Amino acid sequence: MAHARKLRILVAKPGLDGHDRGARIVARAFRDAGFEVIYTGCHQTPEQIASTAIQEDVDLIGLSILSGAHRYSFPRVLELLKENNAQDIAVIGGGIFPLEDIPMLKECGIRELFEPGARLSDIIDWVRENITPRKGAEESGASRL
Amino acid sequence: MDIIEQIVSGDVRTIARILRDIDDELPSSRSILQRLYPHTGKAHVVGFTGSPGVGKSSLVDQIAGFYRKESRTVGILAVDPTSPFTGGAILGDRIRMQRHFLDPGVFIRSLATRGQFGGLSKSTNDMVNVLDAAGKDVVLVETVGVGQDEVEIANSAHTTVLVTVPGMGDDIQAIKAGIMEIGDIFVVNKADREGSRKTVRELMNLIEIGLRRREGLDWEPQIVETEAVKGKGVDKLYETIEKHKAHLQATGSERWREVVEKRTRIQLMSALRDQALKVVLQRLDEQGTSVDELVRRIVDRESDPYTIVEQILDKGLQ
Repeated sequence: MAHARKLRILVAKPGLDGHDRGARIVARAFRDAGFEVIYTGCHQTPEQIASTAIQEDVDLIGLSILSGAHRYSFPRVLELLKENNAQDIAVIGGGIFPLEDIPMLKECGIRELFEPGARLSDIIDWVRENITPRKGAEESGASRL
Repeated sequence: MDIIEQIVSGDVRTIARILRDIDDELPSSRSILQRLYPHTGKAHVVGFTGSPGVGKSSLVDQIAGFYRKESRTVGILAVDPTSPFTGGAILGDRIRMQRHFLDPGVFIRSLATRGQFGGLSKSTNDMVNVLDAAGKDVVLVETVGVGQDEVEIANSAHTTVLVTVPGMGDDIQAIKAGIMEIGDIFVVNKADREGSRKTVRELMNLIEIGLRRREGLDWEPQIVETEAVKGKGVDKLYETIEKHKAHLQATGSERWREVVEKRTRIQLMSALRDQALKVVLQRLDEQGTSVDELVRRIVDRESDPYTIVEQILDKGLQ
């Protein structure tokens, strides 16, 4: 009888580029997959993204970037999550970045990266396979944080 | 530290998590709400409602800024619709509230209606209680964009702000029952648009008629013109919200208590309804009666909904 836990995802665009068409399409695809998507628009700082993710209690952050600042902003988001004891929130990335940066980003803890041409169904399948909504606050020991 | 102490002391992560548990109706959240309840009852709850696109999020953003100038802490609950087809949702009210993201004195939560009608999610009142217990001085509740009949916010908020814009319709719209009756404060946003004065005049007529009809109403609903995006008129709105609060709390006045009692009654009824349904369904389940089977019997005209309900309740009462 208890409701199934609903997956919550933050779709965010760090940095200065103002092209959020891709991010919006992914957000919409997540919605159609039955997830709750928090969308915050362009020009977000890593600090804003981490703070939003925590207040909204999301399971996953999808970062979209085209500006080339991923080498700074992606790891910075992870760092801030860790500082706030929220390293359990998974982070994935999409957009335009040199393929040779992928190992570095994955090493930092970005769980998966989707390049231009990635199919929406692949992204959703990845989320379904890899991300499960977290347990309740008491069971997961939030009280011990 | 105990989870209740963490929430009461304002720990952001714990608050965020418990809000989610409430939204997902985890059984554990109920006992937490029970233990939190003694800490509630202090926050001023202000509701913002109106049609989609009238500027509710922008106004909430601006008003939050005024509270922060006075170092008062703010909780924001912003509701957006859930897709009836997929159960998914895009929650975008935060886009207008970015300047508060890094302010520890502001906690923003986006929530989806999850199939609930009335402009709020089922969880909204419980979430207000959590933010209240967490020490927020004011909780701003933004409803989903509403039409004519979504008046639940008036049962959740101490002060209800109804937002409209010029040119939304003629004066016949204004005398319809429902949503136009619930505003303690009316905002005509985007007041730089043509027809703003006309909309204000129509609202004035509406209020006058309303006052004559509802005897004993000692607060005359106020009308404020704003341009939320430019911040114009928001100071006046803020003052008016504060004035309404002062009116409710005036010494010798029973108004605040009346409002609280009304809210509490409705919350009690809704909790009772939810819990009663759960108990009944669980008993049916334990007896091995499936709801599908009951539905089949009704569809095949072997029985009818009224008899089935009587039978279920008789069994439940045994």
